[in-house]
Amino acid sequence: MTSLRQHLQRRRLADFFILLLALVVVWQIASWLVGDEIVVSPAETIAQIGVLYRRPTFWGHFDATLLAFAYAASITIVLGLGLGISLGISRAAYDTCEPLLMALASLPKVTLYPVILMFFGVGFSAKVVFGVLHGVVPITLFTMNAVRNMPAIYARVARLHRLSARDRVLHMLIPAVLPEIFSGLRLGLSVTLLGVVLGEMFASTRGLGSMLMGAIGLADFRTVAAVTFMLIVLATLLSSVMLWLDRRLHHGAK
Amino acid sequence: MTAVRKRQIALVGGLLLVIEFLCRVGLVHKTTLAPPSVMLATLADEFASGRILPDLGETLICILASTIIATIGGFVVGLVLNSFPRLRDAVRPILASYYSIPIFAFYPALAAILGLGIAPIIITAVLNSIVGMIIATEDALDRFPRVLVKLARTHRFTWWQQALHLQLPAMLPNLLGGVKLVVAYSFIGVIGSEFLMAAIGVGYQISYSYNEFNVPRMYGLMLLVVILVALANLLLNVPERRFASRAMGRRGE
Repeated sequence: MTSLRQHLQRRRLADFFILLLALVVVWQIASWLVGDEIVVSPAETIAQIGVLYRRPTFWGHFDATLLAFAYAASITIVLGLGLGISLGISRAAYDTCEPLLMALASLPKVTLYPVILMFFGVGFSAKVVFGVLHGVVPITLFTMNAVRNMPAIYARVARLHRLSARDRVLHMLIPAVLPEIFSGLRLGLSVTLLGVVLGEMFASTRGLGSMLMGAIGLADFRTVAAVTFMLIVLATLLSSVMLWLDRRLHHGAK
Repeated sequence: MTAVRKRQIALVGGLLLVIEFLCRVGLVHKTTLAPPSVMLATLADEFASGRILPDLGETLICILASTIIATIGGFVVGLVLNSFPRLRDAVRPILASYYSIPIFAFYPALAAILGLGIAPIIITAVLNSIVGMIIATEDALDRFPRVLVKLARTHRFTWWQQALHLQLPAMLPNLLGGVKLVVAYSFIGVIGSEFLMAAIGVGYQISYSYNEFNVPRMYGLMLLVVILVALANLLLNVPERRFASRAMGRRGE
């Protein structure tokens, strides 16, 4: 049995790498068809990353993005969980706010960037707020749903044991909803990163996003390709780690 | 009117009143935020003068095109992936992390290749929205009850009958969830791209007003976007609620 499972796992991994290889081939063909100046080939993209890597200003941009993401992620998590739990506990609050939040989730938040600029000015806080703005709604929605869908019997057991409000949250609510909430965090933090980068594209002079916009302005497509590729790798790495944790949590819950 | 609706109206209305008050009293400066009444008046004026109509038409056409392409495309890709389990397993990690990829980062390059028109906007919106439909289609296929396949066999359904009378109705609620996502992400894709770089469209007009320091018009057009999103949600909720009530009724029988 184990050998069969190992075999399947190995095959799945091999399939995944074959797919990645196929994507690189498609990219290369697109580059040949459209022209190397606009669709930069995979090899040249990697080479350009090497060039950027040696550029002294690059790490400043890289650090700025990571720092803004760290701030935005912390604020998003605290705000999203707080809102989600407090809105999820009450049925009336849930029914009232859920459709409104759904509508908010489908709003193009890029258009809110002038508002953010007017309130926060160009710079670090604007991109942090932009990240929070993107991530907080999905996390709130997932948390609300998780709290709402908690089996009613848990609440009854808590009442039976006369748990205090604090104990009820710490020992019943959080362990019960953690796997669900984590799925929300995975999605929410991914869009938070997206929001930070978007914020940098328009409301900042530092970070990978502003580097991207600068390169677009100079029609430097090699740097555009290199930075976009790095952003994709960064986002995929973040998402993969979260997905792995997510699976483990859900597995533990069963 | 239900109690929930009343509370929603009270919440939104209360929020608007607070903003109105803050602006009128001068706690928030006029150049930062326009009072809601001014937003509404500017928006009404945009419609009365007909100034926004060409932009609105262009935006709606792009959203419609993206919705149709992404819905059909996502459905087909979902079907194909489902027929090849190995391919599906390989694609799955990519789909899972798809939403964290900054699609907007591709838009300027697309605009450079295709020129500043509706094509790069629609492509960006489709790229932004198609994955929701792929995932919804796969979900719908996964949830299709095996017993219905057996039922079709006992009734000697043809392939076509089975698809039309069993599979499609059974999958419809799930697919509809996918369409809702597609519409939402198409909105984000189209208006976002227009905002970044375009020659026409509601998104472009918002950025234009911002650059012109025309704060009331900018907020008025943002209000238009909010109203459009709310209307689209409302429209898509109608069939969903019908499905839900039908499913409930069946359970009650």
